[in-house]
Amino acid sequence: MSAIAERVKQIIVEKLGVEESEVTPEANFQNDLGADSLDTVELIMEFEKEFNLSIPDDQAENIGTVGQAVAYLEENVK
Amino acid sequence: MSFKRVVITGMGALTPVGNDVPTFWSNLVAGVSGAAPITRFDAEKFRTRFACEVKGLDVTNYIPRQEARKMDPFTQYAVIAADEAMKDAGFDADTLDLDKAGVIWGSGIGGLKTFEEEVMNYSENGRTPRFNPFFIPKMIVDSASGVLSIRYGFRGPNFITVSACASATNALIDAFNYIKLGLMNVCISGGSEAAVTIAGVGGFNALKALSERNDSPETASRPYDKDRDGFVLGEGGAAIILEELEHAKARGAKIYAEMIGAGMSSDAYHITAPHPEGLGAFIVMKNAVENAGIKPEDIDYINTHGTSTPIGDPQEIKAIEKFFGEHAYDLNISSTKSMTGHLLGGAGAIEAAACIMAIKDQVVPPTINHFTDDPEINPRLKLTFNKAEKRRVNVALSNTFGFGGHNASVVFKKYED
Repeated sequence: MSAIAERVKQIIVEKLGVEESEVTPEANFQNDLGADSLDTVELIMEFEKEFNLSIPDDQAENIGTVGQAVAYLEENVK
Repeated sequence: MSFKRVVITGMGALTPVGNDVPTFWSNLVAGVSGAAPITRFDAEKFRTRFACEVKGLDVTNYIPRQEARKMDPFTQYAVIAADEAMKDAGFDADTLDLDKAGVIWGSGIGGLKTFEEEVMNYSENGRTPRFNPFFIPKMIVDSASGVLSIRYGFRGPNFITVSACASATNALIDAFNYIKLGLMNVCISGGSEAAVTIAGVGGFNALKALSERNDSPETASRPYDKDRDGFVLGEGGAAIILEELEHAKARGAKIYAEMIGAGMSSDAYHITAPHPEGLGAFIVMKNAVENAGIKPEDIDYINTHGTSTPIGDPQEIKAIEKFFGEHAYDLNISSTKSMTGHLLGGAGAIEAAACIMAIKDQVVPPTINHFTDDPEINPRLKLTFNKAEKRRVNVALSNTFGFGGHNASVVFKKYED
């Protein structure tokens, strides 16, 4: 697992109060990890803070799963 | 339509002198101070560097972390106190009519820490407007009653009363009246506050409202003492379960006391200073006693607002002497703020709990930290200085007064069938 993926997992565990084992690439924040729409907005903000970047709203809308978040960050984090 | 009777069937407390009702009450009777240096933030540069904080609290022992972080501390305090009160009341989840169960809570300020953190975050990050999506629902003052209704499924009346330091008393009054009118059977009432924050301490310091006795925090809250120099900020809250009498009897509930009356008034005088002759204080006690259908002589104990400010304390005393006449010297008076500090919007809740426990145990908690008599305060008054007093407590009155000139008082009586 990449360093980015590991940090993403920790943020999700911390914010959503889920077990590490639940945070699989396919896991959807809302359907699988018990997040509501506000939790998802907060997660995006945490990613922005942690990785020091800004995720535009139209991009954020496409981040619904753990894997999508990791992929976006791996591509955009310098 | 005949009015219903209202009794107290459960209590919970989270206070600077104890994180549950038994600890809170035994420390009040023992005269323990809850004041200590501020730990919530670095107060080194503040004029006041101490407060009455809730101690030894790990919120996650009560609320799962991912839920707790969506609540401001004042809501966390509400949940912790309400959990204790609900357990104490022992409702049967299968038979309780949730549509007739309400939550009427009190808080003077609401999510001050949440507001502070979000705004500071904004100013520290190049003023980029990135606010947490939970900012508003955490901060707004009604979130406490909303969270409690979700937690217990109570679908009846639900709101927060805001009248500064009288807030929780107003909550109790509304809960009392709605049950009396038959609009609900059960209500979680009370109040909480969490204002030991940068803006809370800084703001009250700017008003010169707080004691600045930094070399002796535990003796700083000294209502009626000649050398009092302001109030000590407190935090926490209490939950009180009000229940319609027949509903309580039908389920064989333990009854602490009966709530028999309430009064409200306004000073109509000044936004922060109390009326110098205690006019609003006089009117509120008169209204409460009349509403309770008793005589002034029936009151055995008054838990005063008594915040330990130079101008606040004497006006309430003047009002007591004027309203009660000779009986003012027979009843016992105390300010438990000498121990708990001033919980602002939560004060009325913990002080109602103190009145109810005084009736239950027939003992008046003390006004601690009395060192020097104030020539302005009549020495004939029984202010219960420094030591609790065993005595008959059949009826107790709790006074609370808030910035804005709001006054609210409640009357509790030993329950008799």
